Amino acid sequence: MTSPSTAPVDPVSADPNAERRAEIRQTTLARLGRRKLTSRAAQVACVAALVAVLVPLFAVIGYTIKRGIGAWSTGFFTHLPTPTGISGGGIHNAIIGTLIIDAMATIMVVPVGVGAALYLARTDTRLASTLRFGADVLAGIPSIVIGIFAYTLLVVTLGHFSAISASFALAVLMLPIIVRSSEIALRAVPKDLLEAGAALGMRESTVMLRIALPFALPGVVTGVLLGVARAAGETAPLLFTAIGSQYWSISLTRPIAAMPLVIFLNGIQAYKDLQQIAWGTALALILMVLVINVGARVWTARIRRSMR
Amino acid sequence: MTERPLISVRGTRALNNPDRLQARRLEDREAVAVLDDVGVSFGGVPAVGGVTLRVPQHSILALIGPSGSGKTTVLRAINRMHDRTRGSRVTGSVTLGDLDVYGPRTDPVVLRSRIGMVFQRPNPFPTMNIYQNVISGLRFAGVRRKALLDEAAESALISAGLWEEVRHRLHSPVTSLSGGQQQRVCIARALAVEPEVLLMDEPTSALDPAATLRIEQLLTELSERVSIVIVTHNMQQAARVSEYCAFLLPDEDRVGRLIEVGDTETIFTTPSDGRTDDYITGRFG
Repeated sequence: MTSPSTAPVDPVSADPNAERRAEIRQTTLARLGRRKLTSRAAQVACVAALVAVLVPLFAVIGYTIKRGIGAWSTGFFTHLPTPTGISGGGIHNAIIGTLIIDAMATIMVVPVGVGAALYLARTDTRLASTLRFGADVLAGIPSIVIGIFAYTLLVVTLGHFSAISASFALAVLMLPIIVRSSEIALRAVPKDLLEAGAALGMRESTVMLRIALPFALPGVVTGVLLGVARAAGETAPLLFTAIGSQYWSISLTRPIAAMPLVIFLNGIQAYKDLQQIAWGTALALILMVLVINVGARVWTARIRRSMR
Repeated sequence: MTERPLISVRGTRALNNPDRLQARRLEDREAVAVLDDVGVSFGGVPAVGGVTLRVPQHSILALIGPSGSGKTTVLRAINRMHDRTRGSRVTGSVTLGDLDVYGPRTDPVVLRSRIGMVFQRPNPFPTMNIYQNVISGLRFAGVRRKALLDEAAESALISAGLWEEVRHRLHSPVTSLSGGQQQRVCIARALAVEPEVLLMDEPTSALDPAATLRIEQLLTELSERVSIVIVTHNMQQAARVSEYCAFLLPDEDRVGRLIEVGDTETIFTTPSDGRTDDYITGRFG
């Protein structure tokens, strides 16, 4: 080792960055404890927020199970309602009614909604942004207003309440959800895939339908099912359109029973057994929506895996 | 004299820098990081296995090999980037200086502050301006002192060969720069934290030849102060910039294996493994 005075070049001071490097290292290490603490605190806050979200969910489900499970029996699902005061009535007609209304609404809304999304995802004209804004406004309109709209448009014109007018109201309600979620899914399609299609001589419409739509299908289907799940629980639009029924009906042009209506109409009665039916129906409805949601997720997860 | 039509050996760095000829053997170089029997698997499927490799200090080590040979996978094992991929598993050991990279007490955050990384595509943070991008690593590490940040930014930008081009517009959006400039911002960003090792994953594959040349010229200077590991597809690039080369190849089970490692000149002129020779002379891959 040479002594410091005779050493012409001390290896450390020769590196002009050495001092800065030392300070950076030192600061990094000094701040590390605090960074870890902050990170930990942020984690705890996030978990707390998650719990805050989950508590109401499980509280609602738990309470509904507690109150509703007592109403469940085979007859509950297979029998028609009985007149007030006579026990043993079921909600068979309401389950079928809800399935009919929702299925018809989905059939009506999907072509329109996905079609609009295909247009919005590919165009950036003023018309497109106006439509997009319109969809957002529509999403904010209270469902009861949509109910009145369907009432004036269909019920008044046709002269009577009907299943089809209820489907129409729910379709209007689902439309913005489906348009926006499908547009997002379609916009997420990698640009090079679209360009590959265009470079093969496909028309823009063909590119969207044959390349973009299949790729975005999991997202589109998820959006549709979320829309269905949302619509299945809507009550206000049905009050003005399907009105509800104590009888068996699968006709699209006649009043029809629906599960949300059963919950509403029975729930506001003073009789314990009618309230019991409302709770039982609520539980069945929650379960139905849950099955739709879980089914959608499982299905899309499988599709996504197969595309990788 | 055997025929070597595709790669000109005249370009290799070792031949151009006679002073580097001493201590050229990799075994004689001090190692800044050591990989010992490293294997990486994803979801139970092994991607690379049995990689034992010394990363020489203040030098450039190139990882070469065909697609699927696991070059990038090996690179990302060094700074524990695989931690972020679900289902990945790293076996064997990596040491950085005296730090056990995969040790139970090792914090990947601390580890990564000692290892810089530059990716295939320039990925500056688009929400930050040039200056903010360069000092972002320091800011996240908790450095507050303005003078230090300014100094570090200038020094890193000089090292990345970008200072003269951006000194008067440090606060412009980083997106206003060209791709090559953006990649140099990313290099500056990695350098600003003063890492000991710089990992580069095909850093020029998204750039044009002029920008590529700029960065290649930079690497030699950078290797004076930081140890570089670079993954490259480009044989000529490996020959031009690297001092040492590690050649990887997938085996019959498609698991990447380290075939041979040594100084670049030897690998490109007299490799000891026939497969290296085949690959380098372009007979396959």
